[in-house]
Amino acid sequence: MHIPDGFIDVPVAVTTFVVTVGAIACAVKTTNHNLGEKQVPMMGVLAAFIFAAQMLNFPVVGGTSGHFLGAALAAILLGPWTAVLIMSSVLVVQCLVFQDGGLLALGANILNMGIISVFVSYYIYKGIYTLLKGNKAARLIGAGIGAWFSVVASATACAIEIAISGTSPWEIAIPAMTGIHIFVGIGESLITVAVLSLVLVTRPDLLELQVA
Amino acid sequence: MKLKWWHGALAIILFLCILAPLASSLPDGLERVAEDHGFDSKIHDPTFRIFPDYSITGIDNEVLATILAGLIGTILLFGIGFGLAKLLKNKHET
Repeated sequence: MHIPDGFIDVPVAVTTFVVTVGAIACAVKTTNHNLGEKQVPMMGVLAAFIFAAQMLNFPVVGGTSGHFLGAALAAILLGPWTAVLIMSSVLVVQCLVFQDGGLLALGANILNMGIISVFVSYYIYKGIYTLLKGNKAARLIGAGIGAWFSVVASATACAIEIAISGTSPWEIAIPAMTGIHIFVGIGESLITVAVLSLVLVTRPDLLELQVA
Repeated sequence: MKLKWWHGALAIILFLCILAPLASSLPDGLERVAEDHGFDSKIHDPTFRIFPDYSITGIDNEVLATILAGLIGTILLFGIGFGLAKLLKNKHET
């Protein structure tokens, strides 16, 4: 759901840029305070994994494809603010090097896929984890549900920006975008739970490092 | 040098790039909605191109170009992620 140039107007582009720059500044500050030495390779690995996995589009319904986002996985493994930095790095490289997502739309793309998705999934994950008294199953259930909502929220935000810009009417953009991403979100859930299970089985200590 | 967990992880990720040419080429959610509702014509072409759509100008073999573009991006992002983390990590940690 990378927005190309031409779909959002200048006011929406500027507003989303300002919000995104503010959030990244906060993310730099928080990461600077929280990130430990042992998490350094994790941040590199996650950025690389999310980029590679985002290239692997899988078919969903109605001749449409979707791809993994990774925001939920990053938020669960390294906390939401560090996840914002990881997602922003991926989206900036995709935009500048691979022309995936428009230059003018970069702020909106980071806001949708790197900020809204991160916080939506993180707080759903945390809420379910706390509610179910924090065992391993609770982590996986929370991750799966959080991941699904991260994609749906991201797609809805994208539709709202397109509608505000007058590119497509609200009553078309929102149901169409949200509707298709209900299915893409299932893929997101499965991949997030699979990778998190792998981490829990092989290196559970990496998860304990996570700073709230 | 002792192998660490992330060496293995990075190897798996680089392997994922080899699968990139197998990715579905169907339009994604936003492209599909734009086509179905007739606003795909509003797309502006990018102002500059480096590796547009994960292709490399000069390499005609699409499979090879996609794999190479994927490897370049993956290594670049590992470097950025690792570098940012090194730069930002808490220096007062004991």
